[in-house]
Amino acid sequence: MRRLTFVLLLSTPLMSACIASAGEVKLAYVGEISGSLAVSGGNFRDGVILAVEEINAAGGILKEKIALSLLDTQTNPGVARSQVQKVIDADPYVVMGPIFSGNVKATMQMMQQAEIPHFIGGEAGELTTLGDPYLFRTSFGQQIGMPKIANYIRDELKAKTIALIWVNNDFGKGGRDNLIKQLAQRDIKLVADVSTESGQVDFAADVVKLKAANADAVFVYSNEEECARIMREARKQGLKGPFVGDTTLLSQKTIELAGDAADGVLGHVGLSADAPIPAVADFAAKFQKRFNYKPDHNGIKGYTGVYAVRYVSEKKLGKFDRKALAQAMHGLTITPGDEPGILIETTWDDKGEIDRVSFLAEVIKGQQKITKILPKIGK
Amino acid sequence: MLADIAQLLIAGLATGGIYALAAIGFTLLWQTSQTINFAQGEFVMLPAFFVLIGMGFFGLPFWAAALLGIAVSIVILGLAFKKLMVDPMLRHGVLPLVIATIGLAILMKEAVREFYGADAWPFPPLAAATNVTVFGAALAVQSLVVLAISIMAVVALQLFLNKTRTGRCMQATAQNPTVARLLGIPVERMILFTFLINAALVAIASLLITPIYLAKFSNGELLGLYAFIAAIIGGFNQVRGAIVGGLLLGVIDNFTAVYVSTQYRLVVPLLLLIVVVLLRPQGLLGRAEERTI
Repeated sequence: MRRLTFVLLLSTPLMSACIASAGEVKLAYVGEISGSLAVSGGNFRDGVILAVEEINAAGGILKEKIALSLLDTQTNPGVARSQVQKVIDADPYVVMGPIFSGNVKATMQMMQQAEIPHFIGGEAGELTTLGDPYLFRTSFGQQIGMPKIANYIRDELKAKTIALIWVNNDFGKGGRDNLIKQLAQRDIKLVADVSTESGQVDFAADVVKLKAANADAVFVYSNEEECARIMREARKQGLKGPFVGDTTLLSQKTIELAGDAADGVLGHVGLSADAPIPAVADFAAKFQKRFNYKPDHNGIKGYTGVYAVRYVSEKKLGKFDRKALAQAMHGLTITPGDEPGILIETTWDDKGEIDRVSFLAEVIKGQQKITKILPKIGK
Repeated sequence: MLADIAQLLIAGLATGGIYALAAIGFTLLWQTSQTINFAQGEFVMLPAFFVLIGMGFFGLPFWAAALLGIAVSIVILGLAFKKLMVDPMLRHGVLPLVIATIGLAILMKEAVREFYGADAWPFPPLAAATNVTVFGAALAVQSLVVLAISIMAVVALQLFLNKTRTGRCMQATAQNPTVARLLGIPVERMILFTFLINAALVAIASLLITPIYLAKFSNGELLGLYAFIAAIIGGFNQVRGAIVGGLLLGVIDNFTAVYVSTQYRLVVPLLLLIVVVLLRPQGLLGRAEERTI
C-alpha cells in the first residue's frame, strides 16, 4: 500500500502536466518560456494559447476540447529533451514548438520516433533536410528567406559589400551560411564576418569591427534581444548602416527594445503583425486585447500552427490520427477561405517546409511599415 | 587603426567603470564587516526595475524615477539587507552568510522573473546616441557620459572617505573595529553606512549599465561575476584596487573580443585572475593580510 501511494505521488505531477480527460484532445507546447529566447517562445506560446481558447470556445476540434499543457525548455537543449520526454510519456496528439532551432534539433528525433507531429518555430535551414516526416515549420526556413533578402540587397540597396554580424547558435549559423552562399551568387562581397554569442549583452567591440569594415550595408542576424542591443550600440557609436536583416531585426519586440535605434532598419519579414492583410490585423488586435502587448511573427506562427492542426483533423481526416495528420500535411495548401485561422494562404511541401507570401519592410518612427509584398515561391 | 583603439578604450573604460562601481561594493562590505555578497550582481540588476516601476506604475519622468530607484535601493539593498540578512547571519560566520547571499541572488532573480517576466525591457539611456570626434576617432557620447558619471561617483566616494569625519571613522572601522570602538566611534553605524553606500553605488551602476544590457532578470549573473573578478584582480581589501580591477577588466574584455575572439572574451579575464591569484594573491593594489590561529 505504501509503495502504491509512493508511485501515485510520483506520477501525479506528470499526469497533471499533460492529462486530458475523456472528450479532450491533448496538445502540448514545448518551448522557450525562459532563457535567452524567452521573447520568441513567449510570443509563440501566447499565439498557441489564443488559438486554443478560440477553438475551445467554438466547440473544440471534432467536438473535443483541447487540453493544452505548457512546458519550458529554458532555452536549454538538455532541458528541452527532458521536457519532450515528459510530453511523449503523456501521449499528446500534437506538439507545438520548440522555437529555438538548437532545441528543435536536440528533440526532433525523439518526436519522430514517437510519431508525434510537431509544429516548430525554428528557422535553421537544415531542420527540414534531416528526414523527419513529423516536423512542420510555421515560418520560412532560412533557405527560403535568404534568397529573397539577397535579391533585395542587390536590387534595392545596390550594395556591393556587406558587413555581417550574426549569433553563433544553430539559427544564426544556418542563416549566416545561407546568406554567404546567396551573396556570393550575386557577386556581393562579405567584408566583415562578426560572430557573437547567444545572450550577449555588450556589443561595443563587435560594432567597432563593423565600423572598421566600412561596408555598403550591415546585415544583422540574431535573436530579438541581441538585435536590439546591437542596434542600440551601433547608433551609439555612430555606425551609419544601412542596416538590413531578416524577420527578427524588424520584429515588434526588437523595435520595442531598441527604441529610436531601430528606425531606418530595412529587410525581409516572413510574417508580420503589421502585414497589410485584414485577417492578420484582426489577429493582432485580438492578441493585443488578450495579452496586452503587440505580437511579433512568433505569435502568428503559434496561432496559425494550431489552426492548421484543426483544419487537417476536421476537414481532411475527420478523426484524431497522428500518422495520418503528418501524411496529410505534406503537399497541403490551406487558404483563409478553407480555414480563417490560417490568416494567409500557406503551403507545406513534402519535407514540412513552408511557403507563403512574405514582405519587405522598413522601420519608420518605431513602426514596421510593409513596403512590398513578395509572392509565394511556388507561384 | 588608432581610431579603433581609441573607441575600444573608451567603450572598455565606460563598461569597466560600471564593473568598478559594483566591485567597490565587494571591497567596502568586506573591509568593514567581512561580508562577501554574492548577490552583488543582482543588486545591480534590481534598481533598474525600481526605476521601471516608478515610470510604469507611478508615471514618473525618468529622472524622478531614477532618484526614486536610488532611494528605494538604499532602503532595500542597504538598510534591509544589513538588518534582515547580514546581522542575523554574520554571527554564525562568513560561510553561512556567503551561502545566504547566494540564496538571496536566486530569490531576487526569480522574483523579478515572476513579476516582470523573462523578457528584456527597454531602458532609457542617460544621453543621446551621438558622437564626438577626437583626433579622428568618433567617440560615443553615451560612453563618455557613463565614464564621467563612474569617475564622479568614485571621486565623491574617495572625498567622502578621506575628507569627512564620518569617512575617516569608516576607514578606522575597516582597519580595526576594536580600536575604533575604544576611540568612541559608533562602529555599528559606520558599518551600516558602508551598506548604504554600496546600495547607492549599485543603483548608479544599474542606471549606467541597463541601457546597454536592457533590463532583464538575468543581468546580475555576468555583472556579479565580472565585479567579483575585478575586486580580486585589483585587491579585495582596497577600494582603489577595485577601481583599477574594474577598469582593467572592461578594457581587456573589449580588446579580447576584437583582437582574440568573441567566444573567448571571458577566458582572458579568468586567465588574468588565475595569474594574479598565483603571483600576487592580495591583488594588484591589495594589501597582504596575515591571519593567525
